[in-house]
Amino acid sequence: MATDVSPTTAAPTEQPKRRSAGSLLRSMEIDPRLLGMIVALAAIWIIFQVASGGTFLTPRNLWNLTVQTASVGIMATGMVLVIVSRNIDLSVGSMLALVGTAMALLQARILPEWLGLGHPMIWVITLLAGVALGAVIGAFQGFIVAYVGVPAFIVTLGGLLVWRGVAWWLSSGQTIAPMDPRFSVLGGGSNGTIGGTLTWVLAVLVCVGLIAVLVNGRRRKKKYDFALRPLWADMAIGVVGCGLVLGGVYVLNQYPLPANLAQRQIEAEGGTYTGQEIPLGLANPVVIMLAVGLIMAFIATRLRFGRYVFAIGGNPEAANLGGIKTRWTIVRVFMLMGILVAIAAAVQIARLNAATSGLGQLNELYVIAAAVIGGTSLSGGVGTIPGALLGALVAQSLQSGMVLLGVDAPVQDIVVGIVLVTAVALDSIYRRRVT
Amino acid sequence: MTATADLGAARAAPSGTPLVEMRDIRVAFGGVHAVDGVTVDLYPGEVVALVGGNGAGKTTLIKTLSGAHKADSGQILIDGKPVSITNPRDARDLGVETIYQTLALADNIDAPSNVFLGRELRSRFGTLDDTAMESETRELMSRLNPRFQNFKVPVSSLSGGQRQSVAIARAVHFNARVLIMDEPTAALGPAETEEVRQLIRQLRQEGLGIFLISHDIHDVFDLSDRISVMLQGKLVGTVNKTDVTQDEVLAMIIAGKQPGDVTEEDIADLHR
Repeated sequence: MATDVSPTTAAPTEQPKRRSAGSLLRSMEIDPRLLGMIVALAAIWIIFQVASGGTFLTPRNLWNLTVQTASVGIMATGMVLVIVSRNIDLSVGSMLALVGTAMALLQARILPEWLGLGHPMIWVITLLAGVALGAVIGAFQGFIVAYVGVPAFIVTLGGLLVWRGVAWWLSSGQTIAPMDPRFSVLGGGSNGTIGGTLTWVLAVLVCVGLIAVLVNGRRRKKKYDFALRPLWADMAIGVVGCGLVLGGVYVLNQYPLPANLAQRQIEAEGGTYTGQEIPLGLANPVVIMLAVGLIMAFIATRLRFGRYVFAIGGNPEAANLGGIKTRWTIVRVFMLMGILVAIAAAVQIARLNAATSGLGQLNELYVIAAAVIGGTSLSGGVGTIPGALLGALVAQSLQSGMVLLGVDAPVQDIVVGIVLVTAVALDSIYRRRVT
Repeated sequence: MTATADLGAARAAPSGTPLVEMRDIRVAFGGVHAVDGVTVDLYPGEVVALVGGNGAGKTTLIKTLSGAHKADSGQILIDGKPVSITNPRDARDLGVETIYQTLALADNIDAPSNVFLGRELRSRFGTLDDTAMESETRELMSRLNPRFQNFKVPVSSLSGGQRQSVAIARAVHFNARVLIMDEPTAALGPAETEEVRQLIRQLRQEGLGIFLISHDIHDVFDLSDRISVMLQGKLVGTVNKTDVTQDEVLAMIIAGKQPGDVTEEDIADLHR
């Protein structure tokens, strides 16, 4: 055992051979792939900005971009864990259709009969029932994968056909509308935002949280006498992180409520409307996505469950010999995926204010693409939640940008397909060079 | 256990209750008897080598003790008390730790996470306490392999010797009483092999019982107190190292002969 024959591994890795961007990143302990994605995103944005003659990077367009990213982003965070555990879920689009249809029926037809139209509990009951249904479907698929031993590809391919069939059977192919007014707030839109002030409060809280995490990290490392990240690096991360958050919020808050709604709101508060702009603030789906992302990142990196998912992805045999209940863990991964599908379904039907027969179509592909563009490895064991959210944003930016430029739909598909393969190719090349 | 008249007469260390007794263990895969009525025991502060050719059933036997496989029949006693080991967690709870030939590391996570895999340290909020785990791993490595420095990288990027250190650290950290080592030196260079040997001697001194599976007859004679030989799923016999020659053990491994029955001809055959 034990002897490092090679001097490079024995010496502290922090010794930089040359002062390069790489060593700079290393001392800041930033994942270079995450940074690569941010750079790619910036490049895409700048290209569209130039090509569209300055209409891409506007508060309005960016605000819409965040809303459009939400539903795929929510599901992509779950898909990361599914793929990390060496599985796949092809059924999320169909599952979304089924859960969305069920939630729509519940709030538009069933609950109003029991509780009366417009009952304040309708949206809560609907949401909880949807989440429960998603959890059950996910757990069921996970059970077949983990305990019966059918490959996830097959189980969820079956699910892709079955769940959409069941959704169709529930709705007879009809569009179910409208949604409960309290429920439809979940979808964003002009009354589905948290407002400018709360958005600022949230941004400041995120900044305070980031600084607290950095300070706490230093404190713990000091306590254990570990090498500290250079103070300047921590400060740079803090400043850049807070700058991005506050700057982003500043830009998004430039997007105001439409004039007629602003007028109505101001007059309702007893003021006089003189063309003031009231910022919309973050849309509810975006707040939900960010909350989901935060919770999922916490689950993935700070809880035993997350650690086990990664261990299973790295070496299922080792995880099993380590005493991990690998099968139960897989069931829980799929169950979590189902819950996130239900949340995304709620966002989608609320946004449409209806459940249509085409709900969630092809979503499985967008979700998998987002996770994979975000650095999740299909061979398992590797992936991050922030990466998946960025991946969703990259994919959505491409799509919205091309719509903005009036690119034909078939060409859009071609571009997204090429970007997907290129992203994975670059990632494999990077990984081969590093290891 | 007092000295008996047979081969056990010269038994050096063993006395009192065995740490581990495996009685009449049987494991079958389909119609194949991988382990067929094998009985072995292990005393504190003793190294028992399990030897035999490929497919002799050594690893399968030992997996029934480590919880990776369930025995079809037979009994396992620890400190003289019958125990039920149905999964790796049971074995660990009884103080039985295993270093597998494959090392059983999750390649994509770092050394501390592997050392504590399945037994993570947690903060009072129930979250993973990575800093504490790293701290304990550093302390552990300063004893086992002072040159080990890569605590933050996935273990896939470590050398064979370093990976072995991680696997050993995981086995010895949790106050193991019984250590199972399956070919611990198979993938290592000469210097690393010597370090593992040194570690085995040290752990034996500390009073652990060690089952050592090895193909290397020199390792076996160098490190073990007793040698249990298996052939085609059956136990050929258990001998004290001091009572036998390497040739006699080889005859047991290859031909299933008892040490007393080995003739000059057999030995000549072995060397032909």
